[in-house]
Amino acid sequence: MDDRFNAYLLRSDVPGRRSGPLAGRTVAIKDNISTAGMETTCGSRILKGYVPPYDAHVVSLLRDAGATINGKTNMDEFGMGTTTENSGFGPTLNPVDTTRVPGGSSGGSAAAVAAGLAEMALGTDTGGSIRCPAAFCGIVGFKPTYGRVSRYGLVAYANSLETIGPMGRTVGDISALLRVISRPDPRDSTMQGLPYEHDPVPSVRGRTIGVPAEFFGEGVDPRVAAKVRDSIETLAACGAKVVPVSMPTMKFALAAYYITCTSEASSNLARYDGVRFGPGAEVQRSWHDAFTAVRAEHFGEEVRRRILLGTFALSAGYYGRYYGKAQTARAQVAADFERLFRSVDLLAGPTMPTVAFRLGELADPLSMYLADILTVPANLAGVPAISVPCGSVDGLPVGLQLMGRPFDDETVIDAAAAFEAEVTA
Amino acid sequence: MVNESDVRRIAELADVGIPAEVLPTFTAQFNRILEYFDILDTLGDECTAKRPLHTVLREDVVSPSLPQEAVLANAAEDEDGFVKAPRVM
Repeated sequence: MDDRFNAYLLRSDVPGRRSGPLAGRTVAIKDNISTAGMETTCGSRILKGYVPPYDAHVVSLLRDAGATINGKTNMDEFGMGTTTENSGFGPTLNPVDTTRVPGGSSGGSAAAVAAGLAEMALGTDTGGSIRCPAAFCGIVGFKPTYGRVSRYGLVAYANSLETIGPMGRTVGDISALLRVISRPDPRDSTMQGLPYEHDPVPSVRGRTIGVPAEFFGEGVDPRVAAKVRDSIETLAACGAKVVPVSMPTMKFALAAYYITCTSEASSNLARYDGVRFGPGAEVQRSWHDAFTAVRAEHFGEEVRRRILLGTFALSAGYYGRYYGKAQTARAQVAADFERLFRSVDLLAGPTMPTVAFRLGELADPLSMYLADILTVPANLAGVPAISVPCGSVDGLPVGLQLMGRPFDDETVIDAAAAFEAEVTA
Repeated sequence: MVNESDVRRIAELADVGIPAEVLPTFTAQFNRILEYFDILDTLGDECTAKRPLHTVLREDVVSPSLPQEAVLANAAEDEDGFVKAPRVM
């Protein structure tokens, strides 16, 4: 395999079983999903050499379904990034244009699929990490409803936001992959036990699609906006009723998201002390000195920043001002979705405000965070959301984002299938 | 707003360390992010959303766990079947 895009951190070619719904098909796995006997680093030097003694639930399901797992894909360290440049093992390049980022944090998975190195891939989406790279690389990426796919064996970053989901070249492929990975699992207490058993019906006839004005606001490249508006017209031509709507809480979404995810990260990442796994701490030193030395040496800059932001947001005297308010904002975003879904079946807008950035273009952390503005609302509310390719600007892919009601992943996938059928016809 | 000594103090609390040479840039970036978070000061306090939840409590039943050697395999140092850690006292 010629991986000139640095899509993989580890390659493997152990064939899967000969029978099963994914027999003979290759699936790449994002490196924050545990694979027994295969190194799992989360793109972090602090986990270099870590070999999980067990499989994530989704990985067991893939093996049982006959899939060939062909490697572990590159990612922003612990999922913290929008470009895959924050990997501890070098950036992944966008196969469409190697001077551009593939998006992140599941950039390796998206690049592997876009370059034809794997037929399908698993990604994880905490604030857009499946949909963003899918949009930037011109493939399909789906974030299922929170609670639809077991997170057992997913290395935690921000538990209340993140989901594992499928990436592929077609809506049919992501649907087939979701069928396999959404089986119930008592080991994830947030699983609702509602497996996806649907075959896509490419139709939006009779559906109402809301188009929130805020998804076309400041910061959205007008050429991207125009492509997406054309795509929504295509859905209207397929029989959907398109209505303008408003989502006023969008202005709070990004702050609510970054406070929540960094707070959860500051707690989750406390486990990386180099003792039970990882590089090893100097046992002769005192605990804090040894712990700090390991983390200072092996964590990347963005991981350090998010741990610090989260520690600050949770600290005495600031908790109410940051974490407390973020939870109120999060509830208001969820309430906004709930209100809108009383009158519409789907919401549509761009996945990303722009096309893929140049490598190194987003050097300032806040500018990188702002790029997530259109994807984080779905994570805050836990609703399903898909990105499907809808054309290009300057030769770079644009993604159409469709969001649906919680546990109505089927309608989102049907609408995406309808769009795909129309534009490829 | 936070200053450099606040950032150093938070880094100590979080045990992540922060190199002195990056402290000024880091503090400036930190403040730009906190300034952005100020949008939440305009938040109303109405909040009605409830997530569908079910109880996650179950009977505490002993079930098979990983073999000790499999768990110790990733530790840098172990002794008598335990992970060896730095001194706490």
